Amino acid sequence: MPVQYYIFLSIALFCIGVMGVLMRRNAIIIFMCVELMLNAVNLLLVAFSKMWADAGRVDAAGAQIFVFFIMVVAAAEVAVGLAIIVMVYRNSQSVDVNIMNRLKN
Amino acid sequence: MINLVWLVPLLPLLGFLVNGLGRRYLSKSLAGIVGSGAILAAFVISLLMFLEVRTPGFQAVTVQLFDFISAGSLHIPFAFQVDQLSSLFLLIITGVGSLIHIYSTSYMHDETSEGFARYFAYLNLFVFSMLILVLGANYVMMFIGWEGVGLCSYLLIGFWYKNTNYNNAAKKAFVMNRIGDLGFLLGMFLMIVHFGSVNYAEVLPQIAGVAKGDGTLAAIAILFFVGAMGKSAQVPLYTWLPDAMAGPTPVSALIHAATMVTAGIYMIARSNILYTLAPCVQNVVAIIGLVTAVLAASIALKQDDIKKVLAYSTVSQLGYMFLALGVGAYTTAVFHVMTHAFFKALLFLGSGSVIHAMGGEQDIRKMGGLKKYMPITNATFLIGCLAISGIPGLSGFFSKDEILSHTFAANKLLYVVGLLTALMTAFYMFRLYYITFCGQFRGTHEQEHHLHESPGAMTFPLIVLAILSVIGGYVGLPAVFGAPNLLEHYLHPIFAASAEKVELHEMAHSTEWLLMGLSSVLVIITIFLARNWYRNFTDNGEPRTGIAKVLENKWYVDEIYDAIIVKPLGMLSRFFEEAIERSGIDRLVNGVGRGVQWGSQQVRLLQSGQVGFYIFAMVIGMVILFVIGFLVR
Amino acid sequence: MGMNLQQVVFGILSIISLITALGVVFSKSPVTSVLCLILTFFTIAGHYVMLNAQFLAVVHIIVYAGAIMVLFLFVIMLMNLNAEGEPQKRNWLKYAGAISGGALLVVLLAALREASLPSLTPASNDIGLIANLGQTLFKTYVVPFEVSSILFLSAMVGAVVIGKKEH
Repeated sequence: MPVQYYIFLSIALFCIGVMGVLMRRNAIIIFMCVELMLNAVNLLLVAFSKMWADAGRVDAAGAQIFVFFIMVVAAAEVAVGLAIIVMVYRNSQSVDVNIMNRLKN
Repeated sequence: MINLVWLVPLLPLLGFLVNGLGRRYLSKSLAGIVGSGAILAAFVISLLMFLEVRTPGFQAVTVQLFDFISAGSLHIPFAFQVDQLSSLFLLIITGVGSLIHIYSTSYMHDETSEGFARYFAYLNLFVFSMLILVLGANYVMMFIGWEGVGLCSYLLIGFWYKNTNYNNAAKKAFVMNRIGDLGFLLGMFLMIVHFGSVNYAEVLPQIAGVAKGDGTLAAIAILFFVGAMGKSAQVPLYTWLPDAMAGPTPVSALIHAATMVTAGIYMIARSNILYTLAPCVQNVVAIIGLVTAVLAASIALKQDDIKKVLAYSTVSQLGYMFLALGVGAYTTAVFHVMTHAFFKALLFLGSGSVIHAMGGEQDIRKMGGLKKYMPITNATFLIGCLAISGIPGLSGFFSKDEILSHTFAANKLLYVVGLLTALMTAFYMFRLYYITFCGQFRGTHEQEHHLHESPGAMTFPLIVLAILSVIGGYVGLPAVFGAPNLLEHYLHPIFAASAEKVELHEMAHSTEWLLMGLSSVLVIITIFLARNWYRNFTDNGEPRTGIAKVLENKWYVDEIYDAIIVKPLGMLSRFFEEAIERSGIDRLVNGVGRGVQWGSQQVRLLQSGQVGFYIFAMVIGMVILFVIGFLVR
Repeated sequence: MGMNLQQVVFGILSIISLITALGVVFSKSPVTSVLCLILTFFTIAGHYVMLNAQFLAVVHIIVYAGAIMVLFLFVIMLMNLNAEGEPQKRNWLKYAGAISGGALLVVLLAALREASLPSLTPASNDIGLIANLGQTLFKTYVVPFEVSSILFLSAMVGAVVIGKKEH
């Protein structure tokens, strides 16, 4: 099975994530779309790991380790990000990102 | 001892650092002790080294401290070369230098303690640079010292920087020196291109292998000589030296008479083989030297400022030295450097003593009759005058006479002009002496009341230098006296290569005796002439007319330079300022600024604070980048 | 057009994951979005298993479906956003987002369409086994591993500091 299939799937998932980030204004949904993008990348890494392992490379497991690290970062990010969202909600009773154009000043 | 050579420049450098950094905290006596002590210690080391170098068969020693420039095939080490020539110059610099430092402790006593320490710091820095100049084992090191002494000269001429005229004199000296330095620098580049090295030990033997009359050698030689012209005040770059008298008198003695201005002589003596193999340039050197000698001597005839007379006399004597170099008498030139250092330092210090006593007055028309107030200054000044005039038995006689006899052997016409210059020298020196020290005192009563002999710290160097002026000539007795010429013997290794190429014209001893007798008689007659005219000088206050007026105004050279060079340059600068700077570059710069300001006003609106829009812009940017990458591939 | 079992499974999983991913973006209710995303993660875990990353698949489910998504759900419930309808005033931003996302997709596909890469064999290997991964993690990547613990710590501190009620 060509590895291209996985590449195309990953691209599709990633672009759906991008679309979500661009289209939605709910901060939590945007956050989830970011998670989706991360997972698209993870999937691609694992596919390449398999590809190189099949080709006989011994260090192919490194790609899977990389996925672990991405999970670590994602988990940390969610912890902080959700805290921020909760905080924003507490202050403005909304999770609309456009409310946050207070960044302007 | 030779391996300790690095101590010689290091000590003045330390003195400079201590005095320069601690100028606010050091007392005057401490600054004086540090400044003078550093030079004195350097002198002692130089003396010990000299004793070693003096032994027959001594080979030049190179002491390398570190690699200075190393690029490709070009290697320029930071190295000192100790040989007969540099060792002799070390003695002159540190010896005369320490005497002048001692003298300065008393002369500069009216300064504030900060100014006093600053003065000694500059003076030490000067000695350091000069030592680097003569000790360097390559032309780059020489150039470092060369620039260093130029800087110190600038700083010391403008020492009293609150006076605009003094500052202008300092700037003039600096700019004129720069013109010469450019020549030196270009010559050095040409040398690197052609010989791939600037180390004396490598490049001089290479030059010796080139055929006589080679074009490149001539080009290098003439460029070097341009450098020497600037530093040693030769026509046409001499006008800075008389103006340099704006600095304190000991500075004039040390820098503008005894040491720095002889750097050009040192350079040519060091590269003697170069000039021997470029005879046309050598002729240029001789002619420029002679023209300078005559011109400066003629100006000195009618100057009324005691230091200006001595300054023109220095220019004239430097011209003499170049004449000697030009006729191939390198040893004689170095000999004259030495004797000149003695008696010119003596004369300058003597004039400093007079100025000190007169409370800053420099116009000799307002002096007169100082003989009875200042016996030591009078006696030593008289010895200096006798020495420079070339009275038989004193140092100036031997060196000057040797130059004249070599000139005679080379070219009779040059000899006649040279002799004329010698007579003018005797005349203006004794005019100066009689107007200053004889006759009636012509100053104010206040000044007369104030007149006194200078303190010991000032008279001691005068006495030492007077003794040296008398006996200094005996190290280089001409062959006719039968005694061995110590100096020629000592310097022989330096000039050996040149001596092989060209045989100096030998003369019959009878001719030489004749010439000596002729010049001595003429000089003595001239002195009596000056005595008769100026013994009872009275200032009638009439403005001079005719040729005297032209001489008083220095042949109007400054005015001519002003009209030909300075004014057009100023006009050109003003044109550039108006046309290019203000309406071109300024507008461009302001326009760019305004454009950026306007652009940022517009772009600012993009910064809307909408996070969604930011992300959107980012994605669009990514897409564009991908497309570009895709298309370009 | 012969399709082996592997390709069939891949096709089914891919279709499900794409549909659920679109569901995340387009569903009106945040809770539905979360549930869709959980489904997406499950299908991705299925892909992992097919790619010989068995351990990773398990971790993925535990971390994402088990921890992160629960956290999301928890926050949504806490804020009571369930029935919230987003105000739809500026539709052009939506279309622009959809168009630019599509453009990105097209460009990436066009760029990678002709990439020549080795293909995957149906045979399985032991690269994704826990022993193998453990060896790699604690031999080659031990320093990043330790560093990630600091990241965790700082994230924890950050979350606490941000979440604290202002006085």
